[in-house]
Amino acid sequence: MPSHVIKNLHLELERYHNRLRVGAGFILVLSLILFLRLVYLQLIKHEHYQELAESNRITLVPAIPNRGVIYDRNGKILADNFSAYTLEITIAKAGDIDALLSRIGSLIEITPKHLRQFRRLMDESHEFETVPLKNKLTDEEVAILAANRYRLPGVDVKARLFRNYPAGEGLSHVVGFIGRINDRDLKNLRETSKVANYKGSTHIGKVGVEQFYEDLLHGKTGFEQIETDASGRGVRVLSKIPPVAGHDLILHMDLELQRVAEYAFGDYRGGLVALDPNTGGVLAMVSKPGFDPNLFVDGIDPATWKDLNESLDKPMVNRPLRGIYPPGSTIKPFMALAALELGIRKPSDVIADPGYYSLPGSSHRYRDWKKEGHGTVDLHRSVVQSCDTYYYRLAVDMGIERMHGFLSKLGFGEKSGIDMQGESSGLLPSPEWKQRRFKQPWYLGETVIAGIGQGYHLTTPMQLAAATATIANGGTFYRPHLVKAIRDVVTRKESVIAPEVAWKNAYKPGNLEQVRSAMVDVLKPGGTAAVAGAGTPYAIAGKTGTAQVVGIKQGAKYDESRVAERHRDHALFVAFAPAEAPRIALAVLVENGGHGGSTAAPIARAVFDYYLLGKKPEGVPVLKEYESAGD
Amino acid sequence: MSRLGIKHLIGGFARHMDGLLLALLLALLLLSTAVVFSASGQSTGRLVGHLSNIAVALTALVVIANIPPHILSKLGPPLYAVALVLLVGVALFGEIRNGSRRWLPLGFTSIQPSELMKIALPLMLAWYFQLHEATLKLRHFGIASLIIAVPFLLILRQPDLGTSMLIGASGFYVLFFAGLSWKIIAGLGVAGGLSLPLAWNLMHDYQRQRVMMLIDPSSDPLGAGYHIIQSTIAIGSGGAFGKGWLNGTQNQLDFIPERTTDFIFAVHGEEFGLLGAILLLLLYLAIAARGLKIAEHAPTLFARLMAGTISMNFFTYIFVNMGMVSGILPVVGVPLPLMSYGGTALLTLMIGFGMLMSMAKHRKLLKS
Repeated sequence: MPSHVIKNLHLELERYHNRLRVGAGFILVLSLILFLRLVYLQLIKHEHYQELAESNRITLVPAIPNRGVIYDRNGKILADNFSAYTLEITIAKAGDIDALLSRIGSLIEITPKHLRQFRRLMDESHEFETVPLKNKLTDEEVAILAANRYRLPGVDVKARLFRNYPAGEGLSHVVGFIGRINDRDLKNLRETSKVANYKGSTHIGKVGVEQFYEDLLHGKTGFEQIETDASGRGVRVLSKIPPVAGHDLILHMDLELQRVAEYAFGDYRGGLVALDPNTGGVLAMVSKPGFDPNLFVDGIDPATWKDLNESLDKPMVNRPLRGIYPPGSTIKPFMALAALELGIRKPSDVIADPGYYSLPGSSHRYRDWKKEGHGTVDLHRSVVQSCDTYYYRLAVDMGIERMHGFLSKLGFGEKSGIDMQGESSGLLPSPEWKQRRFKQPWYLGETVIAGIGQGYHLTTPMQLAAATATIANGGTFYRPHLVKAIRDVVTRKESVIAPEVAWKNAYKPGNLEQVRSAMVDVLKPGGTAAVAGAGTPYAIAGKTGTAQVVGIKQGAKYDESRVAERHRDHALFVAFAPAEAPRIALAVLVENGGHGGSTAAPIARAVFDYYLLGKKPEGVPVLKEYESAGD
Repeated sequence: MSRLGIKHLIGGFARHMDGLLLALLLALLLLSTAVVFSASGQSTGRLVGHLSNIAVALTALVVIANIPPHILSKLGPPLYAVALVLLVGVALFGEIRNGSRRWLPLGFTSIQPSELMKIALPLMLAWYFQLHEATLKLRHFGIASLIIAVPFLLILRQPDLGTSMLIGASGFYVLFFAGLSWKIIAGLGVAGGLSLPLAWNLMHDYQRQRVMMLIDPSSDPLGAGYHIIQSTIAIGSGGAFGKGWLNGTQNQLDFIPERTTDFIFAVHGEEFGLLGAILLLLLYLAIAARGLKIAEHAPTLFARLMAGTISMNFFTYIFVNMGMVSGILPVVGVPLPLMSYGGTALLTLMIGFGMLMSMAKHRKLLKS
């Protein structure tokens, strides 16, 4: 072999070995890169990844607490829970929703209503949430679904607790209802940092006691730490914090009393509030017509909602708290008390009533409801016969400022402070208010009509009842309260809520007695509610009233007779009984009921008869929900 | 056959085995058996499968180790030709799986011809350079580039970016060890850098997505980014000493995708920690070093080129796989050599190591 070839080969081998060294160096560089990456992941960021691995592995599954049960004062259930199976669909896992729904529809009955509700909830939900399609499945349906589960992707049959309102319509505004948590609820929960406690909860109190006492009723959500695999299947339970059930609530309300009151309304619309004058406890609170709260629990369908909302009867308005009406003549006993307390009138002071009142130097006549007048009227007669002229003059002598001062101490013009949301404060007018509101001075003529509860003055039935209770008990204003006691479900300990005294009015007993005896005579022959007061073994102290209807729009689509009917005056009645030692005070409003003595007072009588004598009018329907309870 | 005969036969086989290399390989295969068992959720089926894959691959190793290099070199052209025909076949009749055409149906089974090309291409190139050993000119490198380019492009348009890059790299290693001038290498590097934007435009959507995901895996946490996120979580949560064999939560609870195959390193990193990962890396380095040592003493140009390329290739696969699983390289379908479950890849590897051993032990024979 020639030497240059060998030399060449030698050189090539030399180059090759160099290249091997370069290759080895390259490998070392690559190893170093990997090594550094591993050090970064496994040492420097270890804790971060450790956490991620744990959160991957561990799923917190909320355990929803049982919602507290609501009872009436006699232990009758007003709201409770029952367990039932629901058919729920996880949208993200379902694939073709339409195909799935029709497949389900071929197995069990799915109504268009179910589908409409499902679609609505689906739009409101996130992809990974489960959306209920049908609630309260029958055992047969559960069995059918279980057998076909393999061909129903994303479909779950879950046991859930449902809320049930056995009393139905009557307590829709008082007990209220729960409904699905919506975006606004969620926002509230976030703002009050309660959202963690609602993990897994689907419903929240929307109205009434259910809403006001939401925090107590809901309870504390528990958690299970479950180790899950990548597909979300639970492998084992690591730890468990059991849920704490919500507190039970016991209301002052007497369900039977409530139902007697409702029944007594007959076909009339209106509201009634009955209070225990010695505690402020709400014994009955009627708003007629009502609605079935069970409709709302799983989302009301739009058609029913539209009907309820647009009904001329306004079933959605909670009349005792949100209905505002001029007090009319029911203001007179309070005015009479004011006259005595402020020293403007003595009981024996009399006026001659010609059937009207005119301001000095004016020819305008403020007419009495009795055209020919009541003749000679003292304080007692002014109440018994509801003499307007007496109060026109009294109002002028008292002046609007003092009238405002005295009536505000009876709770007029401000919220009663009841444990329920959405209360209206009504309106107790004063010159400052008018200046503020209308930028106008107060006119004396406005004082005149304020004397008989007309004009600007507006009250809710709750305010009237609370004011009546205040004079019934001698001057103490108790804040009306629905809940009587709270029972801890775990310890079974019951804590009674102490009556809250808002303020005490030091009325002279003699003055109170004057007003009381006049009110008693209202229900005696010669009084404006004599018919309703006939034949009671106990004495009722009451006062009738009428409130003129304002603000009904002349809607073209209502027929004449109905419009005319809805323009009739509202009938009012306030009363307490037994007059000498009151145990119940109430205010009744009958919309378009005409005169208080003929429509409102008989309702009060029925309520008193049941509460004081246990006498139930014939025909009060038995609630089948309570039949099996055996009480 | 007499007992002496059998003993002689075994001795004859054993004579051509490289003891150190074999010991390292067996150590790794033992480790892989443990990790595959854990990754498979302690499935005996997988275990038996893995062991039988190992048995087949070791048999191939022994057989190849006993074929002298000059015979191996002659396998280059026919294997390359067959692989090329199959690749064309894939392009024309291949099955589409996961959006790319990589598999060729053969009736009873499907094969991935790109696997065969992983061995065939270096063999072909080394054979070609051996043929022109004394008279290597630039044009030989040009022809060699063509030999690389044809399968590279065929695989690239399957599309399989990862495999085409790896096959391109294996071809490049042969050229590199054959003495491709640094100027050309530098030129290639610059050209490659400049053509990146062009390549980006030519890429398929899924390829771009994989690159994008590497930059920000969280951009698609439930889709393609899931793999990288879960494997880095597994490795990172393993810490310094690991969670222990069979105790990796990411592994046992199914969070690591493809965890017996491409992502097995995530299982290893989670259960054995940084310590285990370093041990694995050291084993790999030792094998690569042994390969380069064999290359250093290889007797012929063919053997030198093959031994160098096999060693470099081996480590390239390791880097690409570990880089992908630990989140510094895009996700390409490359198993981790000697660790991942899978018969074909293991067989290909063992054939390569068989060749290394053949070159290590037939050296004196040729020289004498």
